[in-house]
Amino acid sequence: MTRSAGRPQILTAALLAPAVLLFAVMLLAPLLVIVVFAFGERAPAGGYAAAFTFDNFLNLPARGKAFINTLTLAPIGTLLTAVIAFPVAYFLALRCDPKWRVTLLVLVMAPFWTSQLLRYYAWIMLLGAKGVPAWLSYLGFPDIRIINTPWAVLIGAVYGYLPLMVPPIYVSLEKLDKRLLEASSDLGATPLRSFLQVTLPLALPGVATGAMLVFILLMGDYILPQYLGGGKVFFIGNALVDLFLQSRNWPYGAAVSLALVAIMFVTILVYMRFVLGGSGQRRVALV
Amino acid sequence: MRLYVMLIYVFLYAPIGFIVGGSFNSGKQAMVWQGFSLDWYGKAFSNPLIMEALTTSLYIALVNAVLSAIIGTLTALGLQRVGGWTRAGFDALIYIAIMVPGIVIGISTLIAFVTVFDAVNPLLSVRLEMGAWAVIAAHVLFNTAVVALLVRARLQGMDRSLVEASEDLYATPFGTFRQVVLPLLAPSILAGFLLAFTFSFEDFIIAYFVAGPDVTLPIYIFSSIRRGVTPEINAVGSVVVLSSFILLIAAQLILRRSGRPAG
Repeated sequence: MTRSAGRPQILTAALLAPAVLLFAVMLLAPLLVIVVFAFGERAPAGGYAAAFTFDNFLNLPARGKAFINTLTLAPIGTLLTAVIAFPVAYFLALRCDPKWRVTLLVLVMAPFWTSQLLRYYAWIMLLGAKGVPAWLSYLGFPDIRIINTPWAVLIGAVYGYLPLMVPPIYVSLEKLDKRLLEASSDLGATPLRSFLQVTLPLALPGVATGAMLVFILLMGDYILPQYLGGGKVFFIGNALVDLFLQSRNWPYGAAVSLALVAIMFVTILVYMRFVLGGSGQRRVALV
Repeated sequence: MRLYVMLIYVFLYAPIGFIVGGSFNSGKQAMVWQGFSLDWYGKAFSNPLIMEALTTSLYIALVNAVLSAIIGTLTALGLQRVGGWTRAGFDALIYIAIMVPGIVIGISTLIAFVTVFDAVNPLLSVRLEMGAWAVIAAHVLFNTAVVALLVRARLQGMDRSLVEASEDLYATPFGTFRQVVLPLLAPSILAGFLLAFTFSFEDFIIAYFVAGPDVTLPIYIFSSIRRGVTPEINAVGSVVVLSSFILLIAAQLILRRSGRPAG
């Protein structure tokens, strides 16, 4: 792009300099330190001692439970959230009074941005012995325990991330050309068949965007498993807090962090390669 | 279907209702209603620890939002002027900054800075340590990336002929920027500012690692939940929930009114 500005090079450099400094000091340097530490040893009093060893990586199975929990509950939670979010997005995009659309959409998104700690704390109470299980026992289902089980974590995942899943699905459904549905029904398709063969395939890019966003956040979650899993169902995030703040095994914690980041990047690359490949929807939905 | 959607809204808002309800409960126990009272609001706002945490959080969120809005906008403008590998490199960094989990950002920032400080502190007369500044720096990293994406989306949707018209009318480049480009970008910058503020005000995990001796409101809430929460916290929570709702609705209205590209 040509500009009539007097010293374009200097101006460009000046515009980008703060970001370069920020990325270098706050992103690249810390990530480099993590990589270096992951090959080191734990100092006797905790912290880091210089070394070059692969032991930390070979020891990763010692925290295998955290990896297994994260790698099963994060995908299941994401899928469950997508399945529950879809009808909401469908209603907002195609069935609801256009006057209320934006308001209802904002109301879906808003909870995500209000105190996560307090909302999950409320769920501890609601799913605890005096909450939902007590109501269920009135109905004749005694002795159901929810809190501190994988079910509680899944309920929390749907609750916490529904606000992020609905908007991208909504956007893809709203863009959908309604004439395609008319054509489909004119050609004799049942509503169910129109839905399965027209609506659903066209909404998939939105589902994929939402699922990616939710999956990324679930993988790195700490508060959700901490509060609703109560130390019994823990994620990689809980293992990291333990390793860095309690047992102060920095090198091992660094290796666990790298493994987490590596899993996430592989997932994202697979997503970009196969899901975004032909759909032309390359934007990451943030809001 | 209507019923299903209504149930989902109940599901989303029940815990928030539970928090707000608890703040008006005169008793201490969360699951037992003992009558209406506003006492907890009075107690919360006269508790110096809560007020200090609130002030720290507001300070961090505000400084972070200002810095992110400025640096993010400069970055988006700068990226318009470069291409090829420079641009691809920045794109990669922006996406990495957004995708690396907050917990890893917190951890890596903590150990990198603590290691450097342990090395240089014996040589200095002042003692460097973690604190609110580190929380701001880590939040600015994430939020700058977000603002840069928002502003860039707006720049790409901008009508180039307005800039050309301004140049044809002999406006200086800075004049064009100030009178044409900036007003067009203002909605996305403001929306980015509000998102950055909310993100920072709500963040627990990054602050938990890098805040050092400083206590933000989420850190205070976390430790009081650990000790056994009192309705005082519900009262603060209710005020916070209400304020973040107002900010969010403002951000949404600004984005929608300015015709944000889908995404």
